Amino acid sequence: MTRRERAARRRGLLLMAPTLATLAVLTVYPGVWVLWLSLQDRVPVFGVERFAGASHYAFLAGDPRFWSAARTTALFTVASVGLELVLGVAVALALVGQRRGRHLAFSLLLLAWAMPAVVTARLFEWLYHPAAGLLNVLLGGLDLNWLGDPALALPAVVLADVWRTLPFVAVLAYARLLGIPAELYEAAQVDGAGRLQTLTRITLPLLRQVLLIALLFRTLDALRAFDIMFVLTGGGPAGTTETLTVYAYRGLFQMLQLGFGAALGVVVFALVMGVAWAYLRLLRAGEAAA
Amino acid sequence: MSRGGRLRDALVLAALAAYAGPFLWQLLTSFKPEAELLRVPPLLPTRLTLAHYAVVLEQSLIPRALANSLGVAGLTTLLALLLGLPAAYALARLPVPGRSVLLLGIVASTAFPQIATVSPLYLLLRALGLRDTWTALVLAHTSFALPLTVWLLAGFIREIPRAVEESAAVDGASRLQTLRWVLLPLLAPGVASAGLLAFLFSWNEFLFAYTFTASEASRTVPVALALFPGVFEVPWGDIAAASMLASLPPVLIVVGLQRYLVRGLLAGAVKD
Repeated sequence: MTRRERAARRRGLLLMAPTLATLAVLTVYPGVWVLWLSLQDRVPVFGVERFAGASHYAFLAGDPRFWSAARTTALFTVASVGLELVLGVAVALALVGQRRGRHLAFSLLLLAWAMPAVVTARLFEWLYHPAAGLLNVLLGGLDLNWLGDPALALPAVVLADVWRTLPFVAVLAYARLLGIPAELYEAAQVDGAGRLQTLTRITLPLLRQVLLIALLFRTLDALRAFDIMFVLTGGGPAGTTETLTVYAYRGLFQMLQLGFGAALGVVVFALVMGVAWAYLRLLRAGEAAA
Repeated sequence: MSRGGRLRDALVLAALAAYAGPFLWQLLTSFKPEAELLRVPPLLPTRLTLAHYAVVLEQSLIPRALANSLGVAGLTTLLALLLGLPAAYALARLPVPGRSVLLLGIVASTAFPQIATVSPLYLLLRALGLRDTWTALVLAHTSFALPLTVWLLAGFIREIPRAVEESAAVDGASRLQTLRWVLLPLLAPGVASAGLLAFLFSWNEFLFAYTFTASEASRTVPVALALFPGVFEVPWGDIAAASMLASLPPVLIVVGLQRYLVRGLLAGAVKD
């Protein structure tokens, strides 16, 4: 290594140092500390602070509330992400063929994505109002209690989340669709391909990569989702919308069991990292095959 | 234009109007007289009123929360850009040892669930005596805004050909001059994209803000909106007005700076 190269390396590290130090304190340290915290009994209000080993994890393994929350998290993630992908692609396809009002359409979609999730929750809370909610009125004067009925609450939360996040998928898919050369479609037409064939043989395979990325981002977000159910239902009714994240929050800041809540946080952490890792492998495999 | 095309256009626009429904309904609600809120149908009010906005602006904590949010999101963005720009430059242009590991770590840290880091951060910020301050929230929000800006900016810098800087150096410009007068102007749209996303994510953030704040001294808009008080009944009209005020900066960004927002969104998702 020449002196020049050494100097460049030193400069590089120097420029990165403030960011690395900041992230070390704000993400790495908490990310490691939470593991340690999850091995303790820690209840600050009673001054309890002692080592507990893996007892919180052992408790969770037999905790029906934990398994119910895990099931809700899985249901929420699969339903929400699945709908977002299908509807997002549909919206993108509709927009590509659109001649007028594209800019307006784009603004509306981005707005739904860009506003705080707490606002979305408030919007839908009002739409779901049993007596005066727009939804019941439009359904012909029903008096369904969307957020109070254990069978309806989770679908209601999913709907609000899909409304908020479908634009992300739509924008990504739309940008990809714009990059597909028109000649490709013309050639397909010349070859006598029908609409459905064009969609399944040309459009969707070309969208594959970008949809996998959208799937990754959206799945990670859905697994971590908190704002929307916390404000909309608080995890109720009867715990039917309590996800792992909401349960962890209650453990931490309502039961004030920091160690127990941290263990739940670690579970979410492991889940998110595991899913991210699996997806990255899938993406790599796709790239290698392509 | 063919008739079929026009019909299709109209159908798509109608579907979009339906999609905007939840937002427009809340907007309408925020101008509806109190007495007509729970009396639907009819859907349209007999008259429009500013009463809800008056209540929110004069009697609630929302104005203070708006100021807190503006301060926290603004400072978070500033800090993330100040720290992130040099780091992104180093990652994109200099032979940093362990570059790919660092990049992977930075990307991975954007995926850290807040519910996992919230308890250690809570203890840390409490130990530092920072509970219920802007500083606490700026630091907490920097934990996700900084990796995001580094990642985006490194990508944007890589898009600028090295030749641009090299030719400036040949012309006798010093390294700092090159950065300031050649690279930075070319990078400006990228800085805008990264900054906008950092601002937006900080403005919208709820879990940290809800946990680390305790009073109007630092409560941000999402927290104030989630805790919006109702004494005997839920003040739907006031909540609608407060929701509209909380959405104002995102609306302005989407309408006025859409190009940068979309560029950031795509870059964040599509880069390898």
